[in-house]
Amino acid sequence: MPALTKSFTIKARDFAKAGESSLQIQSILKSIGFVSDLIRRISICAYEAEMNVVMHGGDGELLLTVDPQNIVLDVSDDGPGIEDVELALREGYSTATPEYREMGFGAGMGLPNIKKNADSLEINSHNGRGAHLKISFKVADS
Amino acid sequence: MNDMETKDLSLNDVKHLLRAQIYVGEDKLDMTVKTGAASDLMSDMLTGRNSDAVLLTGLCNVQVIRTSIIAGVVAVVLVRGKQPTQEIITQAREHGLPLLSTPFTMFTSCGRLFSKGLRGVEEKVPAATHSR
Repeated sequence: MPALTKSFTIKARDFAKAGESSLQIQSILKSIGFVSDLIRRISICAYEAEMNVVMHGGDGELLLTVDPQNIVLDVSDDGPGIEDVELALREGYSTATPEYREMGFGAGMGLPNIKKNADSLEINSHNGRGAHLKISFKVADS
Repeated sequence: MNDMETKDLSLNDVKHLLRAQIYVGEDKLDMTVKTGAASDLMSDMLTGRNSDAVLLTGLCNVQVIRTSIIAGVVAVVLVRGKQPTQEIITQAREHGLPLLSTPFTMFTSCGRLFSKGLRGVEEKVPAATHSR
């Protein structure tokens, strides 16, 4: 199978569209026919990362790369970056506004949940120059 | 307390028990609902195993639909008679996700479904503790 890549644009604060890219990713993975638990983990990570960019980041991109061994989500944005990565990975820590909490988000579970569901997570953040998350999953031999 | 009998419910059972109005999913009333979840916190819906659950929620926005699809929820019930906007209905219809609204509160809704055998999504139930 040749590697498949697909790029999605994420707009900051665009709640009308927030999550649409992740739903498309879920649908692509289903059409390829991956096992449901893998699709569930990838979809959750994509969605958490996409919502993070919409709520906290600047405009950004979500890049899906699928090859026979690995599935990778590269999520980058040009927002303020993650000030303290270690703190952001702690369950319950959140910088969400009351508005986002009213929408049901901002419980401080986003990055920890990505870490829990992914096989590996790399975070690169530079204050004022955006953030990049590389979220990787291994495709199990079947 | 002895565990009461656990039972799957159909979407039609859920609709009747909650005296719910159905906006999307009339064609899926014979669908099986295996577990129930109740949350106003979408973050929580993404951290647990909520696949095949009916979600009862007091939130009424389009993210409820998107979060439910990502989490594998099979039907959404808005509690306290909340009415979905056209945007929410359209989103649910697009993804084939049944959407209902019940006049009951969250607590009463959960109780009505639980009393008919529907259970939560707990993976491990902690052992009972006794104190005098």
